[in-house]
Amino acid sequence: MVGIVSYGAHIPYYRLSRDEIAKAMGRASLGGERAVASHDEDSITMAVSACRECIKGMDRDKIDAVYFASTTAPYKEKQSASVVAMALDLRGDVSVADFANSLRAGTTALRAAIDAVNSKSARLVLVTAADCRLGPSGSEFEQLFGDGAAALLVGDKNVIAEIECSHTHSDEFMDQWRMQDDDVVRTWEARFVRLHGYKDTVKQGVSELLDKCKLAPKDFAKLALYGPEPRSQRELAQALGFDVKQQVQDPLFDKVGNTGAAFALMILVGALESSKAGDRIILANYGDGCDVFSLMVTEAIAKLKDRRAIRHYLERKALLPSYANYQKLRALITSEQTRQPPVDMFVPVLWRSRYEILSLHGSKCHACGEVQFPKQRVCAYCGVKDEFEEIGFSDKNGSVFTYTIDNMAPTVNPPIVRCVVDLDGGGRMVCIMEDCEPDKVAIGMPVEPIFRKLLDVGNAGLHSYFWKVKPLT
Amino acid sequence: MEPIKDKVAIVGMGCTYFGDRWDKGGDDLIIEAAYEAFEDAGIEPKDIQAAWVGTLFSGGSGCSLARPLKLPYVPITRVENGCGTGMDAFRNACFGVASGMYDVVLALGFEKLKDFGMNILPEWFSGVNPVFRFGHSSPGDFALTAVRYFHEYGIGRETLAKIDVKNHHNGMLSPKAQLHREITIDDALNAPILAWPLGLYDCCPRTDGAAAAIITRADMAKSFRDDYVLLKGFGVAANPGTNRIRRDYDFLHYDENVSAAKQVYDQVGIKDPFKEVSLAEVHDCFSITELITYEDLGLCPRGGAKEYIDAGAFTLEGETPVNSDGGLKCFGHPQGASGLRMIYESYLQLQGRAGKRQLKNPVYGLSHNIGGLPCEGTTATIVIVGR
Repeated sequence: MVGIVSYGAHIPYYRLSRDEIAKAMGRASLGGERAVASHDEDSITMAVSACRECIKGMDRDKIDAVYFASTTAPYKEKQSASVVAMALDLRGDVSVADFANSLRAGTTALRAAIDAVNSKSARLVLVTAADCRLGPSGSEFEQLFGDGAAALLVGDKNVIAEIECSHTHSDEFMDQWRMQDDDVVRTWEARFVRLHGYKDTVKQGVSELLDKCKLAPKDFAKLALYGPEPRSQRELAQALGFDVKQQVQDPLFDKVGNTGAAFALMILVGALESSKAGDRIILANYGDGCDVFSLMVTEAIAKLKDRRAIRHYLERKALLPSYANYQKLRALITSEQTRQPPVDMFVPVLWRSRYEILSLHGSKCHACGEVQFPKQRVCAYCGVKDEFEEIGFSDKNGSVFTYTIDNMAPTVNPPIVRCVVDLDGGGRMVCIMEDCEPDKVAIGMPVEPIFRKLLDVGNAGLHSYFWKVKPLT
Repeated sequence: MEPIKDKVAIVGMGCTYFGDRWDKGGDDLIIEAAYEAFEDAGIEPKDIQAAWVGTLFSGGSGCSLARPLKLPYVPITRVENGCGTGMDAFRNACFGVASGMYDVVLALGFEKLKDFGMNILPEWFSGVNPVFRFGHSSPGDFALTAVRYFHEYGIGRETLAKIDVKNHHNGMLSPKAQLHREITIDDALNAPILAWPLGLYDCCPRTDGAAAAIITRADMAKSFRDDYVLLKGFGVAANPGTNRIRRDYDFLHYDENVSAAKQVYDQVGIKDPFKEVSLAEVHDCFSITELITYEDLGLCPRGGAKEYIDAGAFTLEGETPVNSDGGLKCFGHPQGASGLRMIYESYLQLQGRAGKRQLKNPVYGLSHNIGGLPCEGTTATIVIVGR
């Protein structure tokens, strides 16, 4: 039976206390913290992070499709899934697609993945959802929203949770939306949208699924339920007949926030992390309608014990000192750390080096066997020309050979920790370290590669991506 | 191969004040340095048969020199070789004379950095994909060597501070330097950190400046002046960019320094640099670079810099004064000019014209530059002059 083969998630390192937002904006605090994507993160990088953990240890050549879901894709026009596929170093003939515009996009992608596997047009489909939505400054949304991503690998072999049954319906309802030129999410009056949008729609979807597969709330160990905010989520769960304490998977409003298109899948990943064989899980997602699924956890769940997902990322965090840091990281204000020359990038240069830059490919010399990054036509060790094979470095961890804490290099989040990293199995890379405490950086520190956005390039008008490292935990 | 030793002579030099020369453009700095050199040599612009102009950011083609000086249809080449640009302009000018084609030539280096208005250097396009160098700064690039050196040899910022104090002291005796202020070790240790472990006083400023040399055949030099200075040798070495690739690069030395030093010491016949080099102007873009260069040039053993620094070996009173004029620390680093400014110090010292910082009976004056990013690979240039 088709189902979930593996999972992953990403919660940004930086968190902002809602008290800081309240203090800055002069409104009541909703309490707790929200996750904030750093200046070098976006929906693509967060999705890549979740996917990398999801497919760790697997044969990436068996992945036949990647579906990327988000309401905050970095480009209005230009595919995101193709970038994700390059970053994951997948086959060239992988089928890629972006699912967009709806909070439900992640489960729409999941439905498509299930169909692809069932129809045998794909063996394994990687579904990933990520969002970093903005609420208007001073709004409730600004506090409620969080940034994050989830990834599910869908297939029909070695399944850890079978998808027994699913239901969908579409609903034309203006709940949360953005016009073409809007940066921040619009909504109508909360009482209206939460009653006739959220609650009515999801109540209908869940009851129809339960009828379809002849199940009742008591048959489920966990309810992974999207919710716009904590109270309506709890009230709906109760109205549906679920026990809030025993069955409702913690949506982590107080630690992460509503992560938009990623939310329901992140909640599902949290449920899977703490589930055991024989647990039945109901997943209900909302946005322009409703998607509901019934999943049955199998014995194979034990194999994923070590996946670093929700639990792992919850612990790895740093609190932003103030609201202004959030504004800088999300480019809500322009800040100038130091007068600096603009960085020029050129599309042909990025294109020629795309496997090095996006897939982190280097070379291994056949004459002397030495491994090097970036790719070298003339071997840096033995000088032989054009006798190499291209190899990937994105699965290699490394250790810090030397570093500096740079207060002069341009960034909105100083200092830049720049290091020389010696990679396991050979090769050396000079790169930036993120998600760390600068005073704790030390020679010998183990690190792992992460995919990040370098910068928005002014002259070319594009997002430039590359790899950095973070401390290995 | 034929050595160039004692074939070529410097018979005049000029050097502007280095600093924030807001009211002077690049053309003005060229005129200032060139005419001082012409006067020093007792020649006129029309006597120049060929010229080499060094600049990294401030001018393109030989016309950048011809235009302000109105040199009439003379062969002029613009030279660029990283931070050693000025010294390499000098080297090529020497080749011109040594070839026999030209008898009187001009080498001039200049840089008008302050017009760019930035807190860090303009982007120097070295051909490396900008993605691979993203997130760097000059202090950061060289700080990578300091962190590793501290780790390997157990020294700390105090050792670097002693270099800063020495250079600031020497700068006080240098009328043309930008910075004239004594500092203490505490000043250096308490200054803001630019890129750990390098603080404000570990880093040279960005400046405007120009310097020039009039070069002729050694056998013609006496007709210009009695106290001409002879070129003894030079070494240049370009790193093949492998420091960021090869695991066996230790970030504790520069092979290009060692290679360029070997070239020039072999040409000159120097076997014990610490004893035989009378003064050395080395590339102290950052204090750690000066420290590592002591070892690369063989002025002290590997890992032995601290001991020599503590003993004062490289101060004005020491056995081998390094940066007797205050170095890049006090002059700043207008890239095109620095190499020639260094040769100017040796020139003055050898002629007994170094004023308050005059050394007793110097024999060989060494000038050294290293330019680029230690990760990507740098080019080292060294010139030795003498009487």
